[in-house]
Amino acid sequence: MSVLKASGLIKRYGGVEVVAGVSLAVARGECFGLLGPNGAGKTTTLRLLLGLVEPDDGQIELLGEPVPRRARHARQRVGVVPQVDNLDPDFTVEENLLVYGRYFGLRDGEIRARIPGLLAFAGLAHRAEARIPTLSGGMKRRLTLARALVNDPELIFLDEPTTGLDPQARHLLWQGLRRLTSQGKTLILTTHFMEEAERLCDRLAIMDQGRIIAEGNPRALIAEHIEPFVVEIYGEEAGRWADAFGALLCRRVEKAGESVFCYTDDGEALLNNLRTQPALKVTHRPANLEDVFLKLTGRELRD
Amino acid sequence: MRYFTPPRPSLRFVPVWRRNFLVWRKLAIPSMLGNLADPMLYMLGLGFGLGALLPDVAGVPYLTFLAAGTVAYSTMNSATFETLYSGFSRMHVQKTWDAILNTPLTLDDVLLGEWVWAASKALLSGLAILAIIWVLDLEASFWLSLWIIPVVILTGLCFAGMGLVMNAVSPNYDFFLYYFTLVITPMVLLCGVFYPVSQLPAALQMVSRFLPLSHAIDLVRPLVLGRLPEDILLHVLVLIAYGSVGFWLGLGLTRRRLLR
Repeated sequence: MSVLKASGLIKRYGGVEVVAGVSLAVARGECFGLLGPNGAGKTTTLRLLLGLVEPDDGQIELLGEPVPRRARHARQRVGVVPQVDNLDPDFTVEENLLVYGRYFGLRDGEIRARIPGLLAFAGLAHRAEARIPTLSGGMKRRLTLARALVNDPELIFLDEPTTGLDPQARHLLWQGLRRLTSQGKTLILTTHFMEEAERLCDRLAIMDQGRIIAEGNPRALIAEHIEPFVVEIYGEEAGRWADAFGALLCRRVEKAGESVFCYTDDGEALLNNLRTQPALKVTHRPANLEDVFLKLTGRELRD
Repeated sequence: MRYFTPPRPSLRFVPVWRRNFLVWRKLAIPSMLGNLADPMLYMLGLGFGLGALLPDVAGVPYLTFLAAGTVAYSTMNSATFETLYSGFSRMHVQKTWDAILNTPLTLDDVLLGEWVWAASKALLSGLAILAIIWVLDLEASFWLSLWIIPVVILTGLCFAGMGLVMNAVSPNYDFFLYYFTLVITPMVLLCGVFYPVSQLPAALQMVSRFLPLSHAIDLVRPLVLGRLPEDILLHVLVLIAYGSVGFWLGLGLTRRRLLR
């Protein structure tokens, strides 16, 4: 059963189609990832789905409500973790939750009853009275996530939830998100951390230039687009080696600066050859989502 | 043009007002110093200091004359500062409005909350001056002076509505200086806060008639002096017009700024 359905979404800014015909469906309880380089249209897509921006064309149904026409009713049952931190700096941790809960029409008593659970979830029970500027980046993100849960939403949108966090803080947030999916919440997240998408998402879509260019389960996407083994070769001689042996030993070769990426089904012959090349540094690893991403969206910078 | 469709108000604006009220309560002392004490000190300083050198103005001591103007002036200032600087912090710097828009509230609710909130703060500023008037017994009739309260509410809504337009088009805090230098300061000097408009050259008196502050003062001053204002309907309509057109335009411009 779909909690979110969108078809043929188009949004133009000054004649440019920033979202150019996006269709997607997300099932209840799923963690759905929207991946793409900067400027791919991920954030605009989220804003369309939430009914904050009117599409130039296309249909959206969010939790059974047509969007944007009844977006406010849909948002009543949705939580949002925005990309940019917008907690209220004048308030304490607790007051942030209280004030935010009021926007959903909740009574103060109801919100106060929920606050201890939310603080425990965010690992902030000991910081209820703390003011926002005194929190670390990870604490702020966790509080923003707790704030998004104040209305007990069925569906949570997260726009690049771990950007700017250190590894400890990121892992802690991931644990929180897994707990939410295990409670049956639906998550829709945008990210450009492939590791994040691979770990958390049941299904994902890769966006580029306003379009969805690939969609599916992370493992299946990797299997579909990338050979099972990747050998990364570095060093001054890497380019020359690729010219001499690349076509012979790899199914596909990509060069990026002084690195060579060799994709293959069977690394045996390749690795035997590389053992005779002491000048080269070699990493042999399984294919991952980042390989899919780079194959589909290219290696050029997007800013 | 779709950004300028009529406002769709709802009671959802109340939590926005309450949010601002909670911040105000936490910062009440510095906020009151700026909003209340400053105009009060000017009024008392000029009223007593300058007033001692002056004959009666418009038939009353200068302090009384100035106090009536200060009610309107202080209300205007408070509404303007709130929608410009504080509103801009919430909209642009802290992204508070963005956070709210992810809830069931719409931008129309947010702007309505801000409008009513700024008018509430302005009411407090106007009431503070009115309280001084009562304490110093400057009013001719206490009962008539109570009518100043609705005038202050209307004046607050008028200037808060205008301020929302400036907020919507501002790229940064510095931009507001244009509004103060080109709109607010001339208005203070042309609308009869410090001296009767009749002292001005005819052309400037003409300009004054189109400015909302002079209509607010034309309502407040007679009420302090114990008379019913003349042309009440006209003054009220001008204040409503500036305020509601300001709110509509401010809302449209803010929709264009944030909902794209």
